[in-house]
Amino acid sequence: MQDILSKYQTVLEADVTTWFEVGQVSDFLENSGACIKYKDKQIAVYNFTRTGKWYACQNMCPHKMENVLALGMIGDKDDIPKVACPMHKKNFSLEDGSNLGGEDYKIATYPVKIEGGNVYIGFSD
Amino acid sequence: MLWFFHKHIPYIITYNYLVLCLKYVDMKKIIVVGNGMVGYKFCEKFVAQENSKNFKITIFGEEPRPAYDRVHLSEFFDNQDAKALEMAPREWYEEHGIELISNERITDIHRSSKKITTSKDLHYKYDYLVLATGSAPFVPNINGIEKKGVFVYRTIEDLEGMLAYADEIQKGRNETVKAAVLGGGLLGLEAAKAVMDMGLEPHVVEFAPKLMPRQLDRRSSNVLQEKLESMGINIHLSKATNKILGDGAITGMEFGEYDKIDVEMLVVSAGIRPRDELGKTCDLKMGTRGGIVVNNKMQTSDPEIYAIGEVALYNNMIYGLVAPGYDMAEVAVSQIIGNSHVIMPEDIDMSTKLKLIGVDVASYGEPFMPVEKGYSVVFENKTKDLYKRINVSHDGKKLLGGILVGDASDYNMLHQIYLNGLPIPEDAEELLIGSRGDGEGGFGSVMDIPDAAQVCSCESITKGDICCSITEGDCNNLGDVIAKTKATTGCGGCKPMVVDLVNESLKSLGKEVKETICEHFDFNRQELYDLIKINKVKDYQETLNLFGEGHGCEICKPLIASIFASIHMETPNKQPGIQDTNDRFLANIQRNGTYSVVPRVAGGEITPDQLIVIGEVAKKYDLYTKITGGQRIDLFGAQIHELPMIWKELIDAGFESGHAYGKSLRTVKSCVGSTWCRYGMHESVTFAIDIENRYRGLRSPHKLKGGVSGCIRECAEARGKDFGLIAVDGGWNLYVCGNGGATPKHAVLLAEQLDDETAVKYLDRFLMYYIRTAGPLVRTAPWLDKLEGGIDYLKQVVIEDSLGLAEELEQEMQGLVNKYECEWKQAIENPEMIKRFKHFVNSDDTDDNLVFVPMREQKMPKAWV
Ligand SMILES: Cc1cc2nc3c(=O)[nH]c(=O)nc-3n(C[C@H](O)[C@H](O)[C@H](O)COP(=O)(O)OP(=O)(O)OC[C@H]3O[C@@H](n4cnc5c(N)ncnc54)[C@H](O)[C@@H]3O)c2cc1C
Ligand code: SF4
Ligand code: SF4
Ligand code: FES
Repeated sequence: MQDILSKYQTVLEADVTTWFEVGQVSDFLENSGACIKYKDKQIAVYNFTRTGKWYACQNMCPHKMENVLALGMIGDKDDIPKVACPMHKKNFSLEDGSNLGGEDYKIATYPVKIEGGNVYIGFSD
Repeated sequence: MLWFFHKHIPYIITYNYLVLCLKYVDMKKIIVVGNGMVGYKFCEKFVAQENSKNFKITIFGEEPRPAYDRVHLSEFFDNQDAKALEMAPREWYEEHGIELISNERITDIHRSSKKITTSKDLHYKYDYLVLATGSAPFVPNINGIEKKGVFVYRTIEDLEGMLAYADEIQKGRNETVKAAVLGGGLLGLEAAKAVMDMGLEPHVVEFAPKLMPRQLDRRSSNVLQEKLESMGINIHLSKATNKILGDGAITGMEFGEYDKIDVEMLVVSAGIRPRDELGKTCDLKMGTRGGIVVNNKMQTSDPEIYAIGEVALYNNMIYGLVAPGYDMAEVAVSQIIGNSHVIMPEDIDMSTKLKLIGVDVASYGEPFMPVEKGYSVVFENKTKDLYKRINVSHDGKKLLGGILVGDASDYNMLHQIYLNGLPIPEDAEELLIGSRGDGEGGFGSVMDIPDAAQVCSCESITKGDICCSITEGDCNNLGDVIAKTKATTGCGGCKPMVVDLVNESLKSLGKEVKETICEHFDFNRQELYDLIKINKVKDYQETLNLFGEGHGCEICKPLIASIFASIHMETPNKQPGIQDTNDRFLANIQRNGTYSVVPRVAGGEITPDQLIVIGEVAKKYDLYTKITGGQRIDLFGAQIHELPMIWKELIDAGFESGHAYGKSLRTVKSCVGSTWCRYGMHESVTFAIDIENRYRGLRSPHKLKGGVSGCIRECAEARGKDFGLIAVDGGWNLYVCGNGGATPKHAVLLAEQLDDETAVKYLDRFLMYYIRTAGPLVRTAPWLDKLEGGIDYLKQVVIEDSLGLAEELEQEMQGLVNKYECEWKQAIENPEMIKRFKHFVNSDDTDDNLVFVPMREQKMPKAWV
C-alpha cells in the first residue's frame, strides 16, 4: 500500500510539465470537492467559491489509505484552507498538505489553474 | 447537693430541713413528660444554664430505661448493648439534680391545679410542664395487622421482640425466610437492612411509586432502588396492602386478588403519629391531624405547658427528625429561663442522610423544585448507581436544596452551602463536581472519573490525557485538544464527554468557556437555530456571511445543514456541499469508502415480495446483507455510482429512503402486539408504522429511535429508545429520552394512559422542543440530563404547556410532516442531482482501489493496512 502512496508527490507550480484539463468550472460543486483521474492517480479538486480559489491534492487519505478526501468537507482553520477527511476527520492543509493536527501524515498537493472556464491540474509526469 | 422532694422520703422537720424547704419552695418546678431524645436534651440544655439552680426538674419516662439514642437504634442489632445507646446514664441525672422516674407513664394533666397524674396514680405539681412524649409508629388499619409476627420499629423492646421472633421462625430451616417491611421511607429502609442482617430476605413494600417519597424524586428513587436490589433488598412499589394473611401468625401479604407475597414477619414502618393523648385529655389546642399546637416559643395554648420534639405541631407540621427536636428543646429551655428572645426559626431544616450501611442517600433543603422557585441540575450514572441533583434559584445565586444517592460525600459541603446561603459558582453544575480537589469520592461529574479511564476508545485517549493537555500542556480549547490528543477523531461517540472534560479543565484554570459551535460561529446551536429561523436565512453561505466568519469547516457545515432540515424539512440534495459524506450521498460510508443502503421498513413490517426485491437487488449488485438492530435490512458494499441504480430499483418496488445515514429518525421498533401476541393489549405494529411514517425524514441534533411495545413485557425495548410507547390498560404510556449505545439509559415516563392522538400530540411537542433546544450531536438522554428541571420540567412544557409553546411546536411538526418527500426519489428523478454520484468527474471509471475478500457466503472489505 505504501507504494500506492508514494506515487503522490507534491508538484509546485514551477515544476509543472503538464496542465491536465479535468473539466469545466460548472462540473465542480461550489464550495465543495470532487475527484478526478489522471493516469493511475486519483486527485481531489476543491472549488472554494467563497474565496475564488481552487486546490488539489491526492484523494487518498494517508491515515487508512482510503480514496475519500474529495468527499471531505472543506473550510478553513485559522485562515488556512483545509479539508477534513470524512472517515476520521483528520484535517489537512490544502496549501502545503500538512496535517493540521500536528500528526506525521502528509498529503501531496497539486497546482490548479482556471482558463476559459476550464479547470487544469498541474503535473510533472 | 441533691434536692429531693419525694413521697418516700420521710419528713423530718429540722431547722436544716426548713431552710431546705424554703429554698425549695422558692424553686420553680418543671416536669418533663417523656424521657426520650428530646426530653433528655431539654434536661441537658437546661442544666447548662447559669440560673438553672432556681429550678427543679423531674422527668418521667414510660420506657423502663433512661433515654437512649433512637437514631442509632439499629446498632442494637449488632451488639444488643442497650447501655451503649444511652444518652446519659442514670447517674448523670442524679449528678445534675434531676429526678428521673422511669417506667411510669403520665396519664392526666390537671391544668387548673397544675398537677399531673401518673399511671401509679401519684400526683405531682408543676410550675412548668414540658411535653416531650414523642411519637408512636403509625399502624395502618389493615385486616390481620394484629397477627403474630407483625412488629413496629421504635424501641429497644421492639427490637428484642423482632430478634426473638426471627430466631424462632428460622430455627431448623434451610431456606431463607422472607420478611417484609411496610413503608419505603427513611426508617423502613433502615428496618429492611436490619431484617436482612437478621438473616431474613427483606421485601420493602411501599404504597407510593417511589422510595423515600418525601426526600427523593422519581429518578433518585430509581437509582436507589437499583442499588438496594443489587444488595439483596427487594422493593415493591405502588403496593397497597389489603390484608395480612395467615391464621395466628403472619404468612403473607395480599395487595390485589392475584398479587401477594409470602412473608413470615412484618415490620410496620408506615410513618409516625404524635403521642398527643395528654394534650387531648386536658384540652390543649390540637392540630386537625394530631399533634399539640405550639407557637414559636414552644408554648402550647396553655402558656405554662410547652411541647417539644415529635409531639409538637409547629407551623402545622410534625418534624420526624431529631435535629428540629433539639432546637425546640433549646427554645423551651430559653423561654422558661427567661431568655425570651430565643425563638424557633420559621424554616426548619429537614435535611437528612440515610445511614443505612451500604448506600449513601441524602436530601437537603428543597429536594424537589417547583419551577416558580428555581431550576435543577441533575447528574445520573445508572451503572454506578449514582444520582445527584441540585436545585438552584432562578437567579443562579442560591442553592435551594438537592438530592444525593450513591455517593453523599459532598453532602456536608452542599448542606453547608444551602444552610448558610453561601455564594455558589456562576455555573451551578460545578457544585456537582465539588469533590474534585480532595481526590476522593464523588464520581459526580466527568471530572470525577479516574484519570486512567479511557474516554475515546478509537484513539485510546484517557481522561488524564485530555485534562493534562490543558492543565499541563498548551491546549487552550477543544480544537487544540482534539488536534493534540486525537480524541473524538474516531467514531466521535466520545465527543460530548470530551467537550465536558475540556470545559471543566478550562474552568479549573479559571478560563472562560462559551459553548460555541466552532471557530466560525460565536453561537451555540440553539442561538443559530433561532437566528436562521427568525431571519429567514436561505442557505449556509448566507448564514456564514451574516453570522459567522471565515469559510466554515466540517463542524459547522453539517450542523447548519441539520438546522435547515429541521426548519424547512430541506433534504440534503439542496445543499450537498455542507452535508456530511453520509448525507451527501444519502448512504452510510463504510470502511473502504463504499456505501450501505437501508430502505425504510416502517415498524419492521415487511412483505415476502418486498423481501424478494431486496434479495434480488443485493444479488445483482453483490451486496453483503445483514439484519440491523432496528428491524430492517442493510445492504453493504455499494459503490458510489451504483447507489442511484440500486435505489431506482428499490423505489420502483415501493421502498423509500430509510435515512439510516442521517442524524434523523431511524426506526420505530415494534413487537407484534395484539395482532398476534397473546399478551398484546394494543396494536403496537400499526402504531409503530404510523409513528415511523409520521416522523420519517425528520432531521434532528442526533439520530432518533423509537419503539412501541404491545404490553409491559416490552419486547420492542421501547424504553431503550429516544421515545417509547408501551401499551397499558387504557392507552399508551409514553417514555422519553432513553438510548442504547455506549451509555445505555432507560427512557423515563412522560405521560400515562394516552390515546393514540394524545400520544402523537405529546410526541410532536417533545420532539420539536428537543430539536429546537438541544446542542449539536446531543441525544435526548444527555439533553434531558442537562435540561434544567429535568423530566418534571419537560412534563410541564409538553403536558401543561408551561411555555405556551405547545401549539407552535405542534404546528411546526405538522409543517415538517407535510413537507416530507423521499430524498432518494428526489435525487434519482433529477439529472443535476444525480451527477454527484460518480467517483470521477472526468471519467466513468470506478475506484480501482477497492478490494473485497470473501466472508462466509458473502464478502467484506479487505482489512485496513
Ligand atoms: C429506628 C429509628 C431511626 C431513626 N433515625 C433517624 C435519623 O437518622 N435521623 C433523625 O433525625 N431522626 C431519626 N429518627 C427519629 C428520631 O429518633 C426522633 O425524631 C426522636 O427520637 C424524637 O425524639 P422525641 O424525644 O420527640 O421522641 P422519643 O424519642 O420517641 O421520646 C419520647 C419518649 O416519651 C415517652 N412517652 C410518651 N408518652 C409518655 C407519657 N405519657 N408518659 C411518659 N412517657 C411518655 C416515650 O415512651 C418515649 O420514650 C429515627 C427513629 C427511629 C425509630
Ligand atoms: S458498535 Fe459496531 S456498528 Fe456500531 S460503531 Fe461500533 S463497530 Fe460500528
Ligand atoms: S411486548 Fe407484550 S405484546 Fe409485545 S410481543 Fe412482547 S409480550 Fe407480546
Ligand atoms: S482515513 Fe482519513 S482520517 Fe482516517
